[in-house]
Amino acid sequence: MAIVVKRPKLKWYEHLYLPALAKGLRVTMGHFFKLLSGKTKVTMQYPEEKWDANLPEYYRGAPALVTDEQQRERCVACQLCEFICPPRAITIKPEEIPSEDKWAKVEKRPKTFDINMIRCIYCGLCEEVCPEQAIYLRKDYAITGTSREEMIHDKEKLYEIGGVREGLVNKWNELK
Amino acid sequence: MTFLFFIFAALTLIGGIGVVVNRNPVTSAFSMIVSFLGLAALFIQLNAYLVGVLQVLVYAGAIMVLFLFIIMLLDIPKAENKRFPVFTLGASVVVVVSFVTLVITVITKSGVGTAKLPAIEAQKGPGQSDVHQIGELLFSTYWFPVQIVAVLLLVSTVGVVVLSKRELK
Amino acid sequence: MDWYIILAATIKIVVFVFLVTLPLVAMSVWAERRVSAAIQDRVGPNRVGPAGLLQPVADGIKFLLKEDFTPNHVRKSFYWLAPALTMIPSLLTCAVIPFGSQLFGEKMVIADLDVGPLFVFAVASLTVYGIVLAGWASNSKYPFLGSVRSTSQMISYEISLGLSIVPLLMIYGELNLGRIVMEQAQNGWALLPLWGEGLSVKGWLLAIPLFISFIVFTTSMFAETNRLPFDLPECETELVAGYHTEYSSMKFALFFLGEYAAMIIGSGLAVTLFFGGWSLPFGWLTPESIDAEVPFWHGLIHIGVFFAKVILFIIFFIAVRWTLPRFRYDQLMKLGWVVFFELALANVILTALLLMWLK
Ligand code: SF4
Ligand code: SF4
Repeated sequence: MAIVVKRPKLKWYEHLYLPALAKGLRVTMGHFFKLLSGKTKVTMQYPEEKWDANLPEYYRGAPALVTDEQQRERCVACQLCEFICPPRAITIKPEEIPSEDKWAKVEKRPKTFDINMIRCIYCGLCEEVCPEQAIYLRKDYAITGTSREEMIHDKEKLYEIGGVREGLVNKWNELK
Repeated sequence: MTFLFFIFAALTLIGGIGVVVNRNPVTSAFSMIVSFLGLAALFIQLNAYLVGVLQVLVYAGAIMVLFLFIIMLLDIPKAENKRFPVFTLGASVVVVVSFVTLVITVITKSGVGTAKLPAIEAQKGPGQSDVHQIGELLFSTYWFPVQIVAVLLLVSTVGVVVLSKRELK
Repeated sequence: MDWYIILAATIKIVVFVFLVTLPLVAMSVWAERRVSAAIQDRVGPNRVGPAGLLQPVADGIKFLLKEDFTPNHVRKSFYWLAPALTMIPSLLTCAVIPFGSQLFGEKMVIADLDVGPLFVFAVASLTVYGIVLAGWASNSKYPFLGSVRSTSQMISYEISLGLSIVPLLMIYGELNLGRIVMEQAQNGWALLPLWGEGLSVKGWLLAIPLFISFIVFTTSMFAETNRLPFDLPECETELVAGYHTEYSSMKFALFFLGEYAAMIIGSGLAVTLFFGGWSLPFGWLTPESIDAEVPFWHGLIHIGVFFAKVILFIIFFIAVRWTLPRFRYDQLMKLGWVVFFELALANVILTALLLMWLK
């Protein structure tokens, strides 16, 4: 069934178009002066104002590796994260921990641990799957680089971002 | 300021020659505009501001735009380098010869450089500028021809409307 | 003596056209972006220089450094000519606009012509060629359609633009812009007859046709300068970018700047004709007559007042742009030929009758 949309019947002064212009100008100039007087909230001025203070608790930034309070790297190179990572951003080369090492009983550690930040989609699956609570998504969001190589975070860089995580961290609690 | 006269006279002539010589119709039309602009500048040098400005406003600004428009819309191709038929050739010779004769007669009959134009009496009007004087003349002394021209233009406008109107069936 | 005139004219041209109008063009581009941003609750360009004031410089550098690409299928010579032909007429019209009263006993107008408004219209009518040529020389269909639209629009509105100011010229009996401004300075602006001889029944009655002229004039000017709501020649949704689709780099910038220059000159003309040009309201600091000596600082104030008015008018232009939606093409043509043309003609007759009656 066709619906007939009734056109409004304009009064003679509405046909003149000028009242509509005045009305429109009132709206636009209203916005203009509101912004000039600082009443309008505008977007964050990014490089001066940073996101840091405003990030929500659950923000997922760059993934990073952490060490425990004894400076031991928590990662045991089980490669679960490499396996689950949807865009295959993680590449791990495991190595055996030599028997004279203090932590020889851990048996395995990553020789290299690369996360390609061009690929990473910040999904957080690596954090969720890790049995050792060794990988966390931090709040770093400004991941930049001038070449593709620079965008691949190696182990050193990952520990630098991650820092130390003390105690047995329950990864589901607030402290992330 | 005679050098300005020569500059603009040369511009006018170059434009005029360009109209004839160019094979591309758009270039021809542009040469014509250049020629009009030169002419307008010449008028202005004679203190005939109104005539000069109207030359630009009406001819260069309005009529030539329509010309150009039509040329572009119809996309007239470049004139081919073809041989002229005898008739066209003969007609052009006649035109050129008569024009040259005319110019020669005018030049020989009048004392070049010595003849004086009759003095112009200042018109009584509200202002001194040529616009006021021309207006005064048009609407007092020459009011009848002005009306005739107006009616003529009206007739042609109505004619165009009638001609271009599609037959109602 | 001769040299003195030439020198004075040169200084005026250099200062007014190149040191004031061209920077004003650049600044109005900046203003357009900032004001439109403010209207839309955004911030706008605020990075380059204080409050983004140097943004035009950055834009200029960008335009100059970009690749100046000439497509293969264009008609070269006309393609190169077109941008210049849009810019030059806009700047030429500066010549007759009085931008101040006097400075050092020198009238602040480049050419004190007795046919001022006619000269402006004559030269402005040449802007069409730049657009026609751009469309035709680009040799591709969107530019061509854009230029056809623009040309017919400009030709149509030129008529109502010219006719709209006839009542004003009739009332002042004058075609010299300088003397029109002087008249307004002493006897009330055309739209604000509140002092001098304007403060009378006659002045108020004559303000009616002047108001109609002002509306017709301003609207036609929007159409002439291809500004929204009449920017059909470059309406993006239908024609990509209209007649300058094929242009890049500085050639594109020339079209862009030419449009803004036309807008500034249009504002200047509107201010001169309807808002008393350089004069302050209520006859403050107004010289006795057109030839009277004007103190130096009065002259400076007059120049400042003129540009302040022009800038206000430009902001009006910008505000309207972000207020009204675009017209449809048939509406535009109908408005020009059926409404404004008749309105302007009727207005001329009305003025004539009023003048006859009030004499
Ligand atoms: S956050 Fe997702 S995409 Fe990024 S490394 Fe971890 S699993 Fe891979
Ligand atoms: S980060 Fe966790 S999941 Fe990934 S290899 Fe190391 S221990 Fe395994």
